[in-house]
Amino acid sequence: MTTGDVAIHVRDVSHQFGEPGDAQFVQALQHTSLDIARGELLCLIGPSGCGKSTLLNMIGGLLTPTTGTVEVSGKPVRGPLPHDIAFVFQENALFPWCTIIENVKLGMVFQGVPKAEQEPRARKALDAVGLKDFMGHYPAQLSGGMRQRAALARALSLETGTLLMDEPFGALDEQTRMILGEDLSVLLSTTGKTIVFVTHSLGEAVFLADRVAVFSARPGRIKEIIAVDEPHPRKPSFVTTEKFSRLRNTLYELLHEEIRKAVEQSATVVA
Amino acid sequence: MSVRRDRRDKIASLSVQVGFLVALVALWYLGTAYWGISRILLPNPVNVWAELKDILASGEYLPDLRVTLTELAAAFAISCTAGITLGFFISRSPYLIKVFEPLLAGFYSVPVILFLPLYVLFFGLGPGSKIALGTTISFFPIVLNTIAGFGYVDKIFITAARSMGASDFQMFRYVLLPAAFPVILTGLRMGFTVALLAILGSETIASLAGLGHRIVHLAEAMETARMFAYIAFVVVIAALLNTAMSTLERRAKRR
Repeated sequence: MTTGDVAIHVRDVSHQFGEPGDAQFVQALQHTSLDIARGELLCLIGPSGCGKSTLLNMIGGLLTPTTGTVEVSGKPVRGPLPHDIAFVFQENALFPWCTIIENVKLGMVFQGVPKAEQEPRARKALDAVGLKDFMGHYPAQLSGGMRQRAALARALSLETGTLLMDEPFGALDEQTRMILGEDLSVLLSTTGKTIVFVTHSLGEAVFLADRVAVFSARPGRIKEIIAVDEPHPRKPSFVTTEKFSRLRNTLYELLHEEIRKAVEQSATVVA
Repeated sequence: MSVRRDRRDKIASLSVQVGFLVALVALWYLGTAYWGISRILLPNPVNVWAELKDILASGEYLPDLRVTLTELAAAFAISCTAGITLGFFISRSPYLIKVFEPLLAGFYSVPVILFLPLYVLFFGLGPGSKIALGTTISFFPIVLNTIAGFGYVDKIFITAARSMGASDFQMFRYVLLPAAFPVILTGLRMGFTVALLAILGSETIASLAGLGHRIVHLAEAMETARMFAYIAFVVVIAALLNTAMSTLERRAKRR
């Protein structure tokens, strides 16, 4: 991989909340380095509290690393880079006082898109996620799955090179997740975006990712990176292949021990 | 089906409510006309009605109504400005919220009417002391709701807006304000209601003019029928004002 292909450079980053010795001290992530290629979809997976969301927020400039540096498209990240990075958060990040299309347009207002371009771009993005007929609805009038499609449309309309997704389907039921995952794979295969996707679901990680980074229990670090090596867009039948099960089993074995450790850690904290 | 049943339930409870009021007036009439209740203590409703018509036709009520409404407008304007401004600044810092919210909530439960003698000393018997009391009493619900509205905006909205590059002004205009607006509005409605109560109440205790003053004046002159007519008039005015406020609140919250 040449440097020109690298969209996101993560160099030796750590993050801690509080100072050593504090009651609240948490070493969320320690000395992690990672290169993410342009156009790649990387999944971060690991036990709760392992620092995968922390890493995502540091890449997006929402958190400052305690040590180390992050570069996105050659720029050092010191705060949000709205022209380079768009976020999709968990379920509740749409503004409930705006309609769906107003939500999408507001993102562009913040990013500084000229007014005349906002409407057509918002319509295009909503059309792409299949919400053309729900533009005038308020978030509360839509199902959880539709709200996440709207959040995705808002991120797509910003036309950034990088998309960071923090458990975007975490609050949805299994069937809705599956359909959204399939649609996402089709949609993103045409955009050429670099995507970092945090998930708890092994199947989702294998189905969507080019590579899956498996985290260890706290203090988090990347334990292993698994390549999926399957062209996009992925067909729904990929789930039934022997390759899919093999990769899923590999992830399971890598994770199982870490999850047990994480659970034991939280038990000691309670005690 | 259920819509129709809802309607029927509504009509049923409404007719009981109206019936109750009619029965009350009927009892009032019977008590004064036939059962020998003193007319000085309780005037006949027919007389009260005649007095009310006279008050409305003569326009005698206008100067007092003007005084009371001016006091209300002044008190509400001051407490809105002060409450919203101060509430916003306190809401900007978790530390200030932690310090001031319990303090203000504590003040809120003090019976502010007790300050009226002090305010009369400071500002005299005229509108000044009424405005001061109305302001004091309505300030607390407004400032507390403003703190609650701006101070507890869901963090995810702020993070999302920040990630998309919102400036400080945009954050205020498009995120904080719409998130806080319904909560602040409830505070304004509560403040308005208590300001009206306090102003009318203080006018009956120590004042030179105003609807409350007029009512006390008539009571002292033993003109109870006219006094009752004024009470009815004030009740209608207060109900209209409070309904207008509630309607405004509902309108603004509906989206």
